[in-house]
Amino acid sequence: MKFGVVVFPGSNCDQDCFHVIQDVLKQSVEYIWHKTTSVDGFDCLIIPGGFSYGDYLRCGAIARFSPIMELVIKFANKGGLVIGICNGFQVLLEAGLLPGAMMRNTNLHFICKYVDLKVDSTETPFSSEYKKGQVIRIPIAHNEGNYYIDEKGLAELKKNDQIIFRYVTNPNGAMDDIAGIVNKERNVLGMMPHPERSSEDALGSHDGKLIFEGIVKWLQTSPRLVDTRHPSPSSMERGMNPPKAEKGVRND
Amino acid sequence: MIKREVYQSLGLTDNEYSKIESIMGREPSSTELAMFSVEWSEHCGYPRSRALLKNFPKDGKYPGMVGEDSGGFIYDDIAIIFKMESHNHPSQVEPRQGAATGVGGIIRDIFTAGAKPIASLDSLRFGPLTEPYNRYLLKGVVDGIAFYGNCLGVPTVGGEVYFDESYSGNCLVNAMSIGICHKDKLARAKAVGTGNSIMYVGSSTGKDGIGGCSVLASAEFCEGEEKRPTVQIGDPFTEKCLIEATLEMLDTGCVLGIKDMGAAGLTCSSAEMAHAGEVGMEIDLDKVPLREANMEAYEIMMSESQERMLVCVKKGEEAKVEAIFKKWDLHGVVIGHVTDDKKLRVKYQGKVVADINTEALAQAPLYHMPDKKPDYLDGLHAFDFKSLPEPKDYNEVLLKLLASPSIASKEWVYEQYDHMVQTNTVVLPGSDASVLRVKGKKWGLGATTDCNSRYCYLNPYTGAQIAVAEAARNLVCSGVDPAAVTDCLNFGNPEKPDRYYYFKNCVQGIIDACKSFNIAVISGNVSFYNESPKGAINPTPGIGMVGILPNIEKRCTQYFKNEGDVILLLGETKDELGGSEYLKVIHGKVVGDCPALDLEKEKALQKTVYDAIQQGLLSSAHDCSEGGLAVALAESCISNKDKIIGVNIHLSFDIGHLSLRKDAYLFGESQSRIIVSCSKDKIAKVEALAKANKVPCQAIGKVGGDALVIGELINLKLEKMADVWRNSIADCLG
Repeated sequence: MKFGVVVFPGSNCDQDCFHVIQDVLKQSVEYIWHKTTSVDGFDCLIIPGGFSYGDYLRCGAIARFSPIMELVIKFANKGGLVIGICNGFQVLLEAGLLPGAMMRNTNLHFICKYVDLKVDSTETPFSSEYKKGQVIRIPIAHNEGNYYIDEKGLAELKKNDQIIFRYVTNPNGAMDDIAGIVNKERNVLGMMPHPERSSEDALGSHDGKLIFEGIVKWLQTSPRLVDTRHPSPSSMERGMNPPKAEKGVRND
Repeated sequence: MIKREVYQSLGLTDNEYSKIESIMGREPSSTELAMFSVEWSEHCGYPRSRALLKNFPKDGKYPGMVGEDSGGFIYDDIAIIFKMESHNHPSQVEPRQGAATGVGGIIRDIFTAGAKPIASLDSLRFGPLTEPYNRYLLKGVVDGIAFYGNCLGVPTVGGEVYFDESYSGNCLVNAMSIGICHKDKLARAKAVGTGNSIMYVGSSTGKDGIGGCSVLASAEFCEGEEKRPTVQIGDPFTEKCLIEATLEMLDTGCVLGIKDMGAAGLTCSSAEMAHAGEVGMEIDLDKVPLREANMEAYEIMMSESQERMLVCVKKGEEAKVEAIFKKWDLHGVVIGHVTDDKKLRVKYQGKVVADINTEALAQAPLYHMPDKKPDYLDGLHAFDFKSLPEPKDYNEVLLKLLASPSIASKEWVYEQYDHMVQTNTVVLPGSDASVLRVKGKKWGLGATTDCNSRYCYLNPYTGAQIAVAEAARNLVCSGVDPAAVTDCLNFGNPEKPDRYYYFKNCVQGIIDACKSFNIAVISGNVSFYNESPKGAINPTPGIGMVGILPNIEKRCTQYFKNEGDVILLLGETKDELGGSEYLKVIHGKVVGDCPALDLEKEKALQKTVYDAIQQGLLSSAHDCSEGGLAVALAESCISNKDKIIGVNIHLSFDIGHLSLRKDAYLFGESQSRIIVSCSKDKIAKVEALAKANKVPCQAIGKVGGDALVIGELINLKLEKMADVWRNSIADCLG
């Protein structure tokens, strides 16, 4: 099992994610430079937080056109696990792998603090270690975490049980208190809070570690990615929908 | 012929100009003159402060290292590098960019030493928030620090924010950065070895910030002056890439020396690298990547465009450096080479535009400034406190103090900073000191910045000693052993004897206190001319202190934790109200002398608390500072966002404090006091430690309940206090 942490110029949580996978979970992990031409051999890709390309133009808007993103999209469409954290979530939105968009926090400030999240769905490889309704403590650190989606899109998210984490007290104006969502196929997670910052007790909480542990368990019990355009039986059992064959498109 | 107005506009005096002519043996070119003006400015050459600064202790209980641009100490196999620097005048003119580039500049000083930046702290001072411009400054400065620091991925873990009238018209922005690296991997800011290449790496050169240090930082503010073009513009994304590329380059082993292009850009970096390595250097400005055409040679040399470095690279290894910087989409070009004649020769468009002996540039004049004690000090000290009425309603006084922006929670500020990135912050902002782990090590680091400038105004020598003592005390309250100091000395115009009196005495106070604590002053910065038409700022010798927490599991915080814990007051409370926040906020006075400080008693107190924490005896520790005992108790009750908890304090004016005023007991700022809490079964051990160190120790109450109760005088619900304290700054900003 191998994790890959994608590095754009300006990524700044790449080393933190790497540390958690390698030193806390004791799993194999490599950095993937954004100009890489292959992601073969990886089982889970992490798009870390930071300020890819300085967040110039719009958060994630430039990173989305980086060569690595074509590979990430293909990887996701084959059913590979992708988790985008903070800026990584913004990149996934820009890339169309997840629906919706981010606006500036309603107070127009960067906000860094611990927040409480409610786990709304455990039917994903990322949230299976939680209990439904469980309140967990994971910090946020962002300027643009005010999630927006149109009414139709929101209804869709709800209908498909795609909202995974909600803020207990909304810090940024996000629609419907949304902190993290998955795609319809449930193999791509985007979340604003930073689970890698709350994976060790020394940092004040280990609630975030359960996301990575969930991924590890899922990968241990699922066949490796060969050509998973056809869903594996185990992923069906765990509530996974068949992955889409076509390229990710924005559905908001 | 060089006109008088030209060198004067560069900040040089008649005498300095004649000295330059006599050193050169001819009239300097305009580029040469510009180079002298920056190298001899207070910002680079320290002509008015060097004589005193050389007396700082360079070594202490932790071996100190004083480098070219920063300094540090070694613990285990790790070098801990840190420095604090001012960016006051740029921030007063353009707060967002001024503060942002202050952060960028200090962080470059750290990674040019080969250290990975792991934390920043910011010490900020503004005029009262009742004035709209001060609100604009606070918002802009915090926004600038957040804009730059957050993007870099270096956590801003602490600092301080104070408000005082003296900073109206001249705010202070002092940025501190800390980095670590293996002790064998430190880089030096030297050029060495004839024939080796000089490379320019990073961003391109534009016309921004020309004269930033010689003109802007080295004169007082006059009303209505337009100085905006002298402020630099920061690009944190480029700096982030520059950090990564630089550390990658240093890892290759092909770098012999490296220096940030900070104050006076290419001038300072080339001249100082050549001088430090006792070599010469020839550079060709035609090779410098420019942002715009038609730049004059002196503009290229003086530009303070950000995110640039000068590197001395082994001959033949240039391609490696170029490739690394290309990977990060940054410039990496050879612009010159090392020579053996100790001359800095600058060519542009086929002509030699400067040809200077680097020793001459480094020979900034040395001035011994006259000093004179200000006439008003004796009068202030003689204030008769008997004339001061004691308050009727102590609850109201405490609430007012908690709402005072200097005391109130700084959440509005630090929540805008990413203080968790790099996942090392094991004590988050809001306690006495910030504590960071070092991955792979059992030990960690503590860091704090401190200075009560009101004390320094009333008594510069003792005030500066208190700044050192309080910084150490804040570290000790977190379980951290103080290791070394960086200072950021902010003062008024040194050419005025009363201002220089403050500088001289503050420096001596720091020297004596650091010697007493046996800690080195490893780096620092002097910022003079902090004056507006209203007068000088309070003398503000900011102390940045870093220490070692031997085992991060033993870290301690200021918040009360457990119902039933007993509260002990260590140290002695005296009848001291001089210079207190209470006196200022409640009575509108800045009078008296600052609190007394006995360094031997201070050390005994710190030893007691440090040992108690290492032995695992304490649940919390918090020092008494602004607002005194009552505010310290309130903070221990309400400063943990996740759990507020009350206390019940029984008053004991009758025991040994017969002559003590009630307001002095509650709000006086007697030094060398720490409030600790511990479980009942640990009291005897804590008391024994205190006794062994001859530190007064008194059980004053118990943790529990939903209110702060102090005898008959104070009874306040926690929610009410927390609301006032937490929201005050946001409320002031409207």
